[in-house]
Amino acid sequence: MSKKSRTTLGVFGIILGIIWLFPFYLILTNSFKTPKGIFASVLSLPVHSTTDNYVNSFKALDFMASLTHSLIITVASVIVIILGASMGAYALQRNKSKLSGGLLMLFISAMLIPFQSVMIPLTANFGSVHFLNMWGLVVMYLGFDCSLSIFLYQGTLSSIPLAMDEAAEMEGASRWQIFYKVIFPMLSPMTVTVAILNIIAIWNDYLLPSLVLPQTQYTIPLQMFNFFGQYTKQWHLALAGITISILPVILFYLIAQKWIIKGVTDGAVK
Amino acid sequence: MMKNRSLSFWLFLTPTLVALALVVFIPVLEGLFYSFTDWDGLTYTKMVGFQNYIQLFHDKAFINAFWFTVGFVIVTVILLNVIGLGLALLVTQKFKGSNFLRTVFFMPNMIGGLILGFIWQFIFTQGFSALGTALHMSWLQDWLTDATTGFWGLVIVTVWQMSGYIMIIYIAYLQNIPNEVIEAAEIDGASAWQRFTKITFPMIAPAFTVCMFLTLSNGFKIYDQNLSLTNGGPYHSTQMLAMDIVNTAYNSSNFALSEAKAMIFFLIVAAISLLQVFYNRKREVDL
Repeated sequence: MSKKSRTTLGVFGIILGIIWLFPFYLILTNSFKTPKGIFASVLSLPVHSTTDNYVNSFKALDFMASLTHSLIITVASVIVIILGASMGAYALQRNKSKLSGGLLMLFISAMLIPFQSVMIPLTANFGSVHFLNMWGLVVMYLGFDCSLSIFLYQGTLSSIPLAMDEAAEMEGASRWQIFYKVIFPMLSPMTVTVAILNIIAIWNDYLLPSLVLPQTQYTIPLQMFNFFGQYTKQWHLALAGITISILPVILFYLIAQKWIIKGVTDGAVK
Repeated sequence: MMKNRSLSFWLFLTPTLVALALVVFIPVLEGLFYSFTDWDGLTYTKMVGFQNYIQLFHDKAFINAFWFTVGFVIVTVILLNVIGLGLALLVTQKFKGSNFLRTVFFMPNMIGGLILGFIWQFIFTQGFSALGTALHMSWLQDWLTDATTGFWGLVIVTVWQMSGYIMIIYIAYLQNIPNEVIEAAEIDGASAWQRFTKITFPMIAPAFTVCMFLTLSNGFKIYDQNLSLTNGGPYHSTQMLAMDIVNTAYNSSNFALSEAKAMIFFLIVAAISLLQVFYNRKREVDL
């Protein structure tokens, strides 16, 4: 490519990038304005900038509590999914019978079922045994998200030779030890992918937790929805709330970008 | 090897099999059963045959949601693939800042649909009208107050959110094209357009299939953006399928009808996925 066309492309790319970031610019700048300031001009930089919006929405969102709930639920679910799915995939991959093929098909076919088709009986059942809370939610995430994770682990496992298992077995390792000490560490690249995909999905999920969690265990998206309902048209507060609540995800993205891109690619392409 | 009858085989599978049964298979079978009853969410008094299914075809909200969703899916599948591929081609060229642009384009994908909808509610209602006043463009005023701007609002949010995701997938395939092939074509005097249509495009055809179906099934399942951007309004005119099913249950308390709608929804989503499996098999045979 010539130098000139490279510059043209660069300029075009920068313009496109600015358009892409423009929504973030509007949210961020207006979150520092007073209601009057937003009314006077949405597009300009704040004239009398204020941080009151942040103080107030931080309180109204009960942000530390909802952040804690989001963290507990996401971390617990992801750990449970990683353990459950890698164990399940290992059993299925190291058993070449028709039964194991059938079970794999069962997991994969579950991915076809949309959430709306199960949501009412699911919440009714969990409700009848008083499990409509964080821990019930973790079980639900294991059920919904294990299929894709098993499928991904299954692919990686097929490239780990059986000789690995056999060598460990000769040395007297139990099945659990073989899995835990030999196989699981070899799966770590895929574990990163599984973790990333599930972190993004669970952290941002709204509908399922809104049907399951009591108000005392609200996550960030749930609290945001409530908050938005209360402060309709009070954009100065709403925008500060939005900024606070997307901050953790943006930070996570900027820190773990390399793994996130790889994880998302693996999840879609494999 | 693990035998079918070995204890460890079943122990290893217990957590996921139990969760899958509790969370997916038992509820879906119950739901299927209830869709043939007069279930009110707690109890049912009798079987009603296909009555709920007949009713849903006369349900204006459902029919409207269906066509709205179909239109939305057609438009977003085209736009997402064109823009996603365009972005992928752009950032795989070697110029300063191309890596940074990749980061930028993918960023919206990290944010959940619910918050994205709120962000864009501000952009459409406040930002657009300010721009419209500044540029004297009246079509930028009053967004989200009717079905048309609501439709395009949802399209814009989805494109902004998902283009970066589609871009990432196209990039993965673009990077698999050996450089020598492109260089050889360049030496043979192929123009940039010829290189794209004769080499690049055929070689990323599998990516096209992946992205087609991803955007297709995601489009049908969208809920969060719909809820936070328009909440289906005004007057249910921008309500999509997933939202209609949720509202039939939790707003109208018509649980049996909601289950019947959800089963039809299941058939649509499953048909798309099975079509993809079939198509992929066929392509693999052709190669």
